Amino acid sequence: MFLAQRRLCSLDSRAKFLKTIYSSKILGLPASAKMSLKITNAKRIEGLDSNVWVEFTKLAADPSVVNLGQGLPDISPPVYVKEKLSKIAAIDSLNQYTRGFGHPSLVKALACLYEKFYQNQINPNKEILVTIGAYGSLFNAIQGLIDKGDEVIIIMPFYDCYEPMVRMAGATPVFIPLRSKPVDGKRWSSSDWTLDPQELASKFNSKTKAIILNTPHNPIGKVYTKEELQVIADLCIKNDTLCISDEVYEWLVYTGNKHLKIATFPGMWERTITIGSAGKTFSVTGWKLGWSIGPNHLIKHLQTVQQNSVYTCATPLQEALAQAFWIDIKRMDDPECYFNSLPKELEVKRDRMVHLLESLGLKPIVPDGGYFIIADVSLLDADLSDMKDSNEPYDYKFVKWMTKNKKLSAIPVSAFCNEETKLQFEKFVRFCFIKKDSTLDAAEEIIKAWIRQKS
Amino acid sequence: MFRNVAAIYLHLAGLLQRKKAGTSLTRCLHQTFAMAKRLQARRLDGIDHNPWVEFSRMASEYDVVNLGQGFPDFPPPDFAVQAFQLALSSDYMLNQYTKAFGYPPLTEILASFFGKLLGQEIDPLKNVLVTVGAYGALFTAFQALVDEGDEVIIIEPFFDCYEPMTLMAGGRPVFVTLKLSPTQDGELDSASNWQLDPTELASKFTSRTKALVLNTPNNPLGKVFSEAELELVASLCQQHDVICISDEVYQWLVYDGHQHISIASLPGMWERTLTIGSAGKSFSATGWKVGWALGPDRLLKHLRTVHQNTIYHCPTQGQAAVAQSFQHEQARFGQASSYFVQLPEAVQRSRDHMVRSLQSVGLRPVIPQGSYFLIADISDFKSKMPDLPGDAEEPYDSRFVKWMIRNKGLAAIPASIFYSMPHRKHFDHYVRFCFVKDESTLQAMDEKLQRWKTELRP
Repeated sequence: MFLAQRRLCSLDSRAKFLKTIYSSKILGLPASAKMSLKITNAKRIEGLDSNVWVEFTKLAADPSVVNLGQGLPDISPPVYVKEKLSKIAAIDSLNQYTRGFGHPSLVKALACLYEKFYQNQINPNKEILVTIGAYGSLFNAIQGLIDKGDEVIIIMPFYDCYEPMVRMAGATPVFIPLRSKPVDGKRWSSSDWTLDPQELASKFNSKTKAIILNTPHNPIGKVYTKEELQVIADLCIKNDTLCISDEVYEWLVYTGNKHLKIATFPGMWERTITIGSAGKTFSVTGWKLGWSIGPNHLIKHLQTVQQNSVYTCATPLQEALAQAFWIDIKRMDDPECYFNSLPKELEVKRDRMVHLLESLGLKPIVPDGGYFIIADVSLLDADLSDMKDSNEPYDYKFVKWMTKNKKLSAIPVSAFCNEETKLQFEKFVRFCFIKKDSTLDAAEEIIKAWIRQKS
Repeated sequence: MFRNVAAIYLHLAGLLQRKKAGTSLTRCLHQTFAMAKRLQARRLDGIDHNPWVEFSRMASEYDVVNLGQGFPDFPPPDFAVQAFQLALSSDYMLNQYTKAFGYPPLTEILASFFGKLLGQEIDPLKNVLVTVGAYGALFTAFQALVDEGDEVIIIEPFFDCYEPMTLMAGGRPVFVTLKLSPTQDGELDSASNWQLDPTELASKFTSRTKALVLNTPNNPLGKVFSEAELELVASLCQQHDVICISDEVYQWLVYDGHQHISIASLPGMWERTLTIGSAGKSFSATGWKVGWALGPDRLLKHLRTVHQNTIYHCPTQGQAAVAQSFQHEQARFGQASSYFVQLPEAVQRSRDHMVRSLQSVGLRPVIPQGSYFLIADISDFKSKMPDLPGDAEEPYDSRFVKWMIRNKGLAAIPASIFYSMPHRKHFDHYVRFCFVKDESTLQAMDEKLQRWKTELRP
């Protein structure tokens, strides 16, 4: 039925064509150089080829390294989530294509869940789009709504994909940093990091198409307050700007804090895309399912991108997710509901990490939400002289040194900054704490040995 | 947005219905007139229309045998289902992110499996990218390589996404049509008689041509490009330094002893070809949405850049299941027990069944050598019932399909969807049927056709 590899015999006419190509051999050029004059990448990806994760996950792949870098849970997802997927794989029809904009039972479950937070009902077909992870929703939103020449405000530090996605759309990112209040002896909290309202207002102009908001925030763990969101909302309305609200960590909020949806603020539903993630909700990052929720006049453009990019997401995973949602939607006030039990579990881990980092002499920033914690590592004054690449920011060198010498990996926070402002955050390193106890135990061992070495 | 007062009124009434009790009317009014700026990016211009939505909706509203949708209505083979279940029940870490460019066991098996077929040393890290279906591979390729003003040659009839993907990347589609060579009277046409005119094809290449999209076996026609035809395309691509995007999702679905040839295996082509494949079509599991692109690193590296800035990772478990399924097939390659041998044998019988049955009502199928599909000539109907209901500019085949759904209980897809706008009127006498269906579906089709036959005028 299949051809084994066949070599064609040369024909006269073909020989003529080949002559043009092989003449390069006479000139001493490799054939590929001659042939690749025209075969170049599209301009939209110029300068976007490097990626911090590709570099650092390779480093941490060594099994002897305790990996607190990439935001990847090593805890097991809830049992009922795994069970649902297992049963579903056996259902024939669920192995074939489903509805492009989202599997019907999933969009219904999402509408039902999120209606609890919004004042309006949510139309599952017109106001929800299921995407390849929240990452895919970000891409669809930016490709669908951001044009060449637009400006997009990005709050620093930022989840690293925002900048390249904005650039790929031909738009200009405009950065504004979160700045910390002085803390003087108090424990440093993510809530100490705020935006200056005047500075923020100055970033808006007639070209501003959108602002990207991330709450709870990666990497700092900040949970924006009502007042802070109101400032952003007021500016969006005043400047007729869209808001892309990345809320993947929406359930991971710790005692004393509440996650608020900017889309529920007056005047905001019409101009906001709210993004969520199954991976972060149910600790199943490998399912790569996310969603965008918003008014149809915005969502329809994300749907257009969808139908011209991936068309549809995997069926069995969407059905399993729908069923998992129904279980937890029915018991939202129950402590057993995963939306309640996971943050409780993580708060304990957060507190453990804070304690560990403090014992090492660091000043961690205690996050109010999310599953990351950042700390200023320059206080350790580590000897990084054997890290050769002197052009890299301090935290890049530190993480590489720590991975190699302490077998503990993390992510440099300057990866979440743009070129010009990397120095502002280069002393900070990000640790992920959605890890099972044995992983945190191993990290604790490393840190204890480190402390002994220091003294 | 709002053309008249009535439209505004209806919109408000709709808002009022949707709002929950207690929401102020003032807020609803404010929401209606919130956005003055143009919302969508210009790259979406002209690509928002989705022809499938209408036909899927109609097919679900009426009692039809659905031969329109391009996916099997039978399950994937047992070994594939088991592979998925194994992926779900083994290492719980398969629920988490894997490597961005592909789950290693999958990229490794794809490299070894296709390396043999293409006669090429394939590196799993440099020459393989796993994508969200072949659809995702196509999108990634266009975004990586097609720039503003680049020309992309598309052979008609074409899988409908090639045109909007070219446009979204700022490219300009340049169409060249497969033309039918006339057959003997009374004989059914064959897809192999639909051919490219070499002079015409050559004339389509300009200094702006960046890529040519090849689809073999072809959707919707079912043509399997011959070696000579591929050599023609190959020589032009090399002469003009053009990239070949080769969509080979139906590579196992070839009939009557025809051979699928990958253009990347021809001399001089590996370095300029992206070969795209699909687990969905290979294992009758379209809902898994796992695809891949194979090619030289100098092209793949740009696809990787797009991939890491669009979706970044593909779901892990589907990839694990596909890797396992390929292991199964690699162990049986070329043998009678191979799914890649059994599937086309079974589907060929379905094809033959459909070809016989359709003729009973005066539809004239064009015999496909490959793929999931055939197109049937409806010229007889066009001359006997030229005035079917439809919109002003609606092509005949689209009206015919709607009529057939409403009146004859069969759903198909109008072939004009697979043509560029200016050429639709020349090909509005064909309709596409999918025959990768269970025997019971084909029998249900027969019942509908028998009833139709009795209703035909003598």
